[in-house]
Amino acid sequence: MDEKSRRLSVIKTIRSKSNESKFGDKFFKGLVIGCSIYTIAMVALVIYALSEGSLPIFLKEGFYFVIGTDWNPVEGSESFGALPYIIGTLVSSAIAMVIAVPISIGIAIFVNEMVKGRIGTLLSFIVELLAAVPSIVYGLWALFVFRFVILDYIEMPLYNALGDKLSIFGTAPFGLDVFTAGIVLAIMIIPIVSAISREVIRAVPDSQREAAYALGATRWEVVKTAILPYGKSGLLGASFLGLGRAIGETILVTMVIGNAVGMSAIPTSLFSPSQTLSSIIANEFNEASGALHLSALIGLGLVLFALTLLINVGAVFIVSRVTKSHSNLRD
Amino acid sequence: MEKANKDYKSIIQSEIEKNAKKRKIVNNIVTVILFGFVIIAIIPLVSILIDVFRNGVAAFNLNFLTLPPGSIGSSNGGIGPAIQGTFIIVGLASIIGVPVGVLAGVYLSEYASSSRFKKFAYFVRLFNDVMTGIPSVVIGIVGYITIVLTLGTFSIVAGAFALSIIMIPIVTRVTEETLKLVPNSLREAGYALGMAKWKVVWHIVIKGSKSGITTGVVLAMSRIAGETAPLIMTILGTSLFFHSLNSPVDALPLRIWRLASQPYPFAHQQGWGAALVLILIVLSLTIALRMISQKRGFQLSKGATI
Repeated sequence: MDEKSRRLSVIKTIRSKSNESKFGDKFFKGLVIGCSIYTIAMVALVIYALSEGSLPIFLKEGFYFVIGTDWNPVEGSESFGALPYIIGTLVSSAIAMVIAVPISIGIAIFVNEMVKGRIGTLLSFIVELLAAVPSIVYGLWALFVFRFVILDYIEMPLYNALGDKLSIFGTAPFGLDVFTAGIVLAIMIIPIVSAISREVIRAVPDSQREAAYALGATRWEVVKTAILPYGKSGLLGASFLGLGRAIGETILVTMVIGNAVGMSAIPTSLFSPSQTLSSIIANEFNEASGALHLSALIGLGLVLFALTLLINVGAVFIVSRVTKSHSNLRD
Repeated sequence: MEKANKDYKSIIQSEIEKNAKKRKIVNNIVTVILFGFVIIAIIPLVSILIDVFRNGVAAFNLNFLTLPPGSIGSSNGGIGPAIQGTFIIVGLASIIGVPVGVLAGVYLSEYASSSRFKKFAYFVRLFNDVMTGIPSVVIGIVGYITIVLTLGTFSIVAGAFALSIIMIPIVTRVTEETLKLVPNSLREAGYALGMAKWKVVWHIVIKGSKSGITTGVVLAMSRIAGETAPLIMTILGTSLFFHSLNSPVDALPLRIWRLASQPYPFAHQQGWGAALVLILIVLSLTIALRMISQKRGFQLSKGATI
């Protein structure tokens, strides 16, 4: 083989190789874009399936489905309204937030600022192990163990002491009610909110801390004057994510909320049984008595989806606004 | 004159000292309160673990782990099909969820910024966030409408499909963030050798961040292994072992739920036992995860914990 033909063959191989890699590039790019489209398609599928499935109930009830309070699946006299479950969802989540947010942020502050180093890491690891416990296990524990603790040590004393004076303690407690559901939800979201809060607090630049320390501030004063104002938006975002989880949680709530239906699902006191959007879906989906009943449950799913979407978008909006005002401040 | 000055000094000094004492006391009180919060959070964890172990161990024996459930109300049988079902369903969901999640993450990290599809990448990220926020019970409904109604039967395919929707955004998020940690100089070294882009991405970027991607996958697996709500409307639950792709199957979370809603003490005991099995699976995954991530110095970011 002479020099020229050898060169030619080398050039040929290079060309074919580069053609090959051009094809590989196109193929791989197509693949990753295809997978990205798949993720978008899944969200579209969720919206489509929910709308299609809930169409019959919205055709029958119209907007009354969202504000109605009836729940009658008996064929022939069907009537469905989502309002009691929307209220139940909001009340149980609100109880969870009131308990979980201060505790979670407190934990994040403690493990990041008060005890730095190994003990902090260990404590946060233990708290975050809670996040790994499946919600069905929380539910089992709450149903067979924890609800009696709440009943005996919190609900009964409150009811006996204040039951006739304050109407929010006015229902004779049974242990399966919106209060129990709220507390167990709080236990469930504490590790999530505290993990994100910890990231937020860790992201506060050291210069902020050092400035406060240089002025002679104590640890708590550093937290109060430097860290909390700086991390405000992030902590708010963390809380909203916890709220989204609390609203969507199903099985745990189903096991402890008492599963009231219709008007009686609107909680009149902390200790009255209730029902959330997700728990009634879990309870009745497999026993749906007719097409309309099933459609009503899917409609509840749509309302739940809209609610969580609203909260997530709201969280992004609030966080971005707070961040903006923050950067303005810095400029 | 000098004496008056001295008085002022000592007054100010004593004021400052008093103030400092007060501030120190406040600091200590707050520290104690915050420590109390940590304890409050740890108590339920300890209580759950103790109760599950104490009540669950009583149910443990070979029959419990291998036999199908007995008839309702009887005192025999086990949770064999549920354990088997959980492994199969998590495996099937991963077959869909892992490649899609990883490749979508690759797109966001490697292709999105350079191309003219910036808007598209924005939407992919947005929809991923939306997907993370969808309640799992809603995803179950979607699985029911799209797969169960189409096939005409409750099946493991529907369950795996639903769980894969939960899995994808977790894997995507962790993959994207891991790949972004790969230094650009490594990519440039690949290009300098004349490698095609896909080869750089595959052989350098993806293979170099294997441990991070594994972390995301294991995290997502441990998450979906404990999901109950979507399984109610997709796989239904049965007392039979898995035998075909288009018939109802059982899974641990679902079995626990059914056992807990029966009025028999034996069923409750089995429920505790099943919870122990589930917790052992999930916690061992979580602890293995910690070990992987600590060894490689890979920090789980905030997206990963959601």
